[in-house]
Amino acid sequence: MEIINTKIGRRSFLKTSGAIGGGLLVGFNWLLSCKDLISKKPLDSIPKEWFKINGYIRIDQNGMVTILSPNPEIGQNVMTSMPMIVAEELDTRWENVTVKQGKLDGDSFKNPQFAGGSLSIKKGWDPLRIAGAAGRYMLIKAASKELDIPYENLITDKGIIFDKSKKIKIDYGKVASKAVHIKVPEDLKLKSPEKYTIIGTSQRNVEGPKIVKGESLFGIDFQAENMLISMIEHPPAFGMRIESFNKDEIIDMPGVIDAFVIDTSTPNPSWAEVNAFKEIIAIVGNKTWDVMQAKKKLKVNWVKIDNLEDSEDHRLRLEKDLLYGTTTEKRLDGDPDIVLKNATKTLERTYSCPFIAHNTLEPMNFFANVQENSVELIGPIQTPKTLESSVSSLLGIPAENIEVKMTRIGGGFGRRLYVHFGLEAAMISKKIGAPVKLLYKREDDLTQGIYRPAYKSVYKAAFNKKNELTAFSVKGVGLPSGPVFPNRFPAGSIDHYLAENKSSSTNISTGAWRAPKSNFTAGAEQSFIDEIAEICEKDPIDFRLELLKKSIQSPSGKKFDYDPKRFIKVLELVREKSSWNSGNKYKGVASYFCHSTYVAEVIEMVMVQNQPKIKNVWCAVDCGIVINKDSAKNMIEGSIIDGIGHALYSELNFKDGRVINNNFDKYNLIRFNQAPSKINVFFVENNLSPTGLGEPGLPPAIGALANSLYRITGKRFYSQPFFSKENLFSS
Amino acid sequence: MEFFEINVNNKIHQVEADPSTPLLWIIRENLSLVGTKYGCGISQCGACTVHLNGEAIRSCVYPVSAVGKQKITTIEGLSKDGEYSYVQEAWINEDVSQCGYCQAGQIMSATALLEKSSDPPDDEIDIAMSGNICRCGTYTRIKKAIKSASSNKKSNGNY
Repeated sequence: MEIINTKIGRRSFLKTSGAIGGGLLVGFNWLLSCKDLISKKPLDSIPKEWFKINGYIRIDQNGMVTILSPNPEIGQNVMTSMPMIVAEELDTRWENVTVKQGKLDGDSFKNPQFAGGSLSIKKGWDPLRIAGAAGRYMLIKAASKELDIPYENLITDKGIIFDKSKKIKIDYGKVASKAVHIKVPEDLKLKSPEKYTIIGTSQRNVEGPKIVKGESLFGIDFQAENMLISMIEHPPAFGMRIESFNKDEIIDMPGVIDAFVIDTSTPNPSWAEVNAFKEIIAIVGNKTWDVMQAKKKLKVNWVKIDNLEDSEDHRLRLEKDLLYGTTTEKRLDGDPDIVLKNATKTLERTYSCPFIAHNTLEPMNFFANVQENSVELIGPIQTPKTLESSVSSLLGIPAENIEVKMTRIGGGFGRRLYVHFGLEAAMISKKIGAPVKLLYKREDDLTQGIYRPAYKSVYKAAFNKKNELTAFSVKGVGLPSGPVFPNRFPAGSIDHYLAENKSSSTNISTGAWRAPKSNFTAGAEQSFIDEIAEICEKDPIDFRLELLKKSIQSPSGKKFDYDPKRFIKVLELVREKSSWNSGNKYKGVASYFCHSTYVAEVIEMVMVQNQPKIKNVWCAVDCGIVINKDSAKNMIEGSIIDGIGHALYSELNFKDGRVINNNFDKYNLIRFNQAPSKINVFFVENNLSPTGLGEPGLPPAIGALANSLYRITGKRFYSQPFFSKENLFSS
Repeated sequence: MEFFEINVNNKIHQVEADPSTPLLWIIRENLSLVGTKYGCGISQCGACTVHLNGEAIRSCVYPVSAVGKQKITTIEGLSKDGEYSYVQEAWINEDVSQCGYCQAGQIMSATALLEKSSDPPDDEIDIAMSGNICRCGTYTRIKKAIKSASSNKKSNGNY
């Protein structure tokens, strides 16, 4: 059993919450309890009154539980897994739980309301368990009073409070009204993992039924009374700005209400306001199609204010700055330069990847209703708190007068960490004086992204006469900063080691794209290690294990960022599950550690009509305690397909500052027929605190892909996207 | 602007619209059926897939003026009396969705396929489903759901 202190920073569970007013929660769908997911039957009775136990939990007189899910739902399924953690500690039946999306509310929710960095579960683990355990404590205390039995002599079992002899019992629902005023102590007991009955099971997505019925869930679906529709036009190229446009002609178009230029510059822009175009044209009308037609008729004078960059400029700049760029980070163990110079044999390989866009299938959109001194913002956002403060700064309206509600999000991948579309919606609503839903056309979405930067890294290895690895070095550069993590693997496993990041520059807006930097570095590093193993005449998995054992037994240099023992376990697990040493030999392996999670993957290729095709993928994951097993597998399956897809097919190119690949006819995303036939996911079982899963499955997929392609084609792949340039599988 | 009478989910709707307006926006904004999604506007992603006389079409490029008397079915029209169709049920059982944005379109493409070919071989599934992008990469689960819907249909058989 774990004792946990209930004070989280300045946020405390100690204060009592008090009952909410009677009546129903607004906008609540009664057909969506977790019971309904299983039985598909509606609830027996509709609760009349809910008692607010704390910010996360409401209980009605019949013991039905509503859990508010605090974090943005971008498809990582936190709307199911976060409430599972609360329900576990509350000790209720999952079938009695209904989940509702919480809004941005720092008073109610003690965990950061943020979706990014695979952090929702990691950062939510303690606050969510405390919320559940505090609720359970309050209910037992209330029952203790009601039954006149000492607190210590009461136990709970799935929503029912018993005395120890189990002769006397009372339901949570019967004491909920009395529990609301009970104070939570400073220290609370939490369940030990072996007692879990909800965590570690597989529970279906609580919104699955709504999704398959096409119900209104997403930002783009949101409608409000008197709501207008708006679209934007931004400069056609990075390095341009607007001078003037044919406003009169646009306003005369059918269905158009107004058109104007907005400026969303704020006095002290946050990291989430890195978008390139602050001044854009907004067209407002009644219907989307009318506004789209008006957009086509825009005649704009754009002026050049900076360089108009080409992909060829980017390539040359990366090449130059990889040699001469400013070093921003560096780790040096031993003297790799000398060892490389005096080596019997050396290996040098250069890896690169292009810019890519997030391409969330739901394009950027947001609803805003700006009044004189208050704002309502509703839509898909990974960073609701950041949006609130940026809108506050933009409009000069205090944050406490701004309400942010999160809709279900049609894909994030990092794109919706950035808040500009929310600021734009707010500014348009303010100018037009009405509630507005802003929607980007796909082309707008793709051509003013916050892209994954283009990267280039050069790896070098030295070998002695016995073909043993003696030195390793990597230098990486990106537009604008390098992708290397100097203290990650293989740091610590090689005595003469250099890892260095160099900076470059660009006026293309870049930012976090699913597993930032790792999404390139894992593929490059794991491909290079595969080539090293080949020179050393070692099995690729054995070779990685040898390096990791060296990090345990005689680590070189200062501290490194990973736990070699956990790394070894995932490699051993994937070796076993993939039958690595038998059967089809066209298998490639990669392992990587990022976002606090260890992952090893094996990809198996087959030849189908003279084309290599991925037949099987095996994946071993150590993310500590797994909350929702099947859903965790889904996340890993998706991230593998995402990694493979982008490494094989996707690229974003520029000509005169313009994005060339401006829609899905010119930008390739992996499709159904290109996906692996089967993905097998396995978790290392342990009782360590859970870490995130949104990102860490993706990076090693690219390494395993490149290595398996080598096994079947005899060809090494260095430059992403593999199939664009090599043109290997084009049909 | 012109008046059109269109049959959507077995109901006749009267709409006033520019004849060039894609069916997608009529469905979403005039009829407030928001399950059909906008993804690309150029028939490349399949998020807007609906049925026209049972055939899967991309409603983002299909003008309202071309609909005439033909029958349109949207994702909302698949579930009868609050019951899930066999394809929707398979999607729930396989817990296919991640973000879920593309899934209405995926289900419409899968349903059109299974209504024509009750036990489609893999290459037929590939052809029917490769026009629908899932950015979250749920393709392996979509395939599983199609297979299980296909075997459920053989034993039960409902639309």
